[in-house]
Amino acid sequence: MATKEIAGKTVNVTEEGYLTDPAQWTREVAQAIAAEEGITLTDAHWKVIDFLKKDFAAAGVLASMRRINKTGGIATKDLYDLFPEGPLKKAARIAGLPKPTSCV
Amino acid sequence: MKKILIIGAGTAGTMMAVHLSRKLNRKEWSITILDKDENHYYQPGYLFIPFGIYTKQDVIRKGAKYIPAGVEYLLAQADQIIAEQNRVKLKDGREIAYDILIIATGTNIHPEETQGMVENGWRENIFDIYTADGADALSKKLPGFKGGKIAIHVVEMPIKCPVAPLEIAFMIDWFFTNKGMRKDVAIDFVTPMAGAFSKPATAKVMGHLLKERGINLVTDFGTERVEYGKLVSYDKGTVDYDLLITTPTNMGDALMARSGLGDDLNYVPTDKHTLQAKAKDNIFAHLGKMSMKFVYWNILLKGIPVPGIASKMGRMGKIIPQTA
Ligand SMILES: Cc1cc2nc3c(=O)[nH]c(=O)nc-3n(C[C@H](O)[C@H](O)[C@H](O)COP(=O)(O)OP(=O)(O)OC[C@H]3O[C@@H](n4cnc5c(N)ncnc54)[C@H](O)[C@@H]3O)c2cc1C
Repeated sequence: MATKEIAGKTVNVTEEGYLTDPAQWTREVAQAIAAEEGITLTDAHWKVIDFLKKDFAAAGVLASMRRINKTGGIATKDLYDLFPEGPLKKAARIAGLPKPTSCV
Repeated sequence: MKKILIIGAGTAGTMMAVHLSRKLNRKEWSITILDKDENHYYQPGYLFIPFGIYTKQDVIRKGAKYIPAGVEYLLAQADQIIAEQNRVKLKDGREIAYDILIIATGTNIHPEETQGMVENGWRENIFDIYTADGADALSKKLPGFKGGKIAIHVVEMPIKCPVAPLEIAFMIDWFFTNKGMRKDVAIDFVTPMAGAFSKPATAKVMGHLLKERGINLVTDFGTERVEYGKLVSYDKGTVDYDLLITTPTNMGDALMARSGLGDDLNYVPTDKHTLQAKAKDNIFAHLGKMSMKFVYWNILLKGIPVPGIASKMGRMGKIIPQTA
């Protein structure tokens, strides 16, 4: 496991840059990861991130795009607009959650 | 007398009925299994139907044939599970009370979940190999295929038997190679995943094999809709085809939704170690073939830990309150 300096903090990350310790996640860390992905976080982004984090805490697994759509109320098309090219991978990384294994 | 009710006499439900009937004390327990379909389908055989190796008849048997003596078999559809009251309503109006419920209703394809899939060529130039009818329809289409583009496609994960799409891709390659017309057929393998398979090690091996067989791998393809002869992804990628062999969205039976027990895909959230429904300890779900064993032991042992078993099979079940 590697560590990484981000938003003035040292965090533990996987090879692909996913946080491994949710306790190290802050909103500033999220903003910094988003910047690496070329994304400036807006309220619409935060709605996705907050849903993913809340759902992960309750279910113990990362929500699928279907679940973000059906339960989180965010259309898959919007998700692609917010997090282009692999929305779930990017949103999960920004939210400090594990990399999705079976999805875009 | 206590009752175990099994909904679904497919692979998992049938195996549970067989195992439990051998082990349980029949003076204490009665077992009932029900299925809405009198037929039991041997699903791995679907893969051979498109190529004329099996016929549809080869994979169908009467379900009752595999249910052991002493187990009650009902041809009936479960309409609603009333978990709080430990009973199941059947579509024909009957009701069955249970002490332990095993939900073994499997998973099925839902092409209507993808925009345009049913409207734009279903069973005309779009086929599935996840139903006996789909495989049978493909068997009528393939012999006349004059060459062109074939796409093997997965809409979204998770799916039952994740290797089946890969198997069909290699079999399509074999079929047209044998016919001496492989050069006239282009094959794409289109998946929402980052590789050919969910597990990285397998994905790597399969990626190589696909390449070796001249099958083009299209990854990270999140299917938004199907137009006639064309797959369109959310990020505006397209794959054209003359023939699409798709794995539509897989979902559990709508019984879960009607019973308020299901998630977004009509699967029952369970404790992953014991397969007990989070909603109720005396309901077991998601058996499949391997996991069936857990449930079997959990029921038999009624939550009493036995050295060796727990470590092999996962954690022991929560103790089910014994209603006399
Ligand atoms: C193409 C293909 C290839 C496969 N290849 C392999 C392989 O090589 N090896 C392997 O191990 N597995 C393979 N499988 C997977 C295997 O078939 C499944 O894992 C297995 O059938 C799952 O068993 P199940 O009992 O959960 O569901 P099923 O066998 O599908 O049974 C579910 C049953 O529940 C009934 N039911 C559903 N809803 C209700 C209701 N409301 N009321 C009453 N009854 C209901 C249905 O009628 C059905 O009989 C393959 C599957 C496919 C599709």
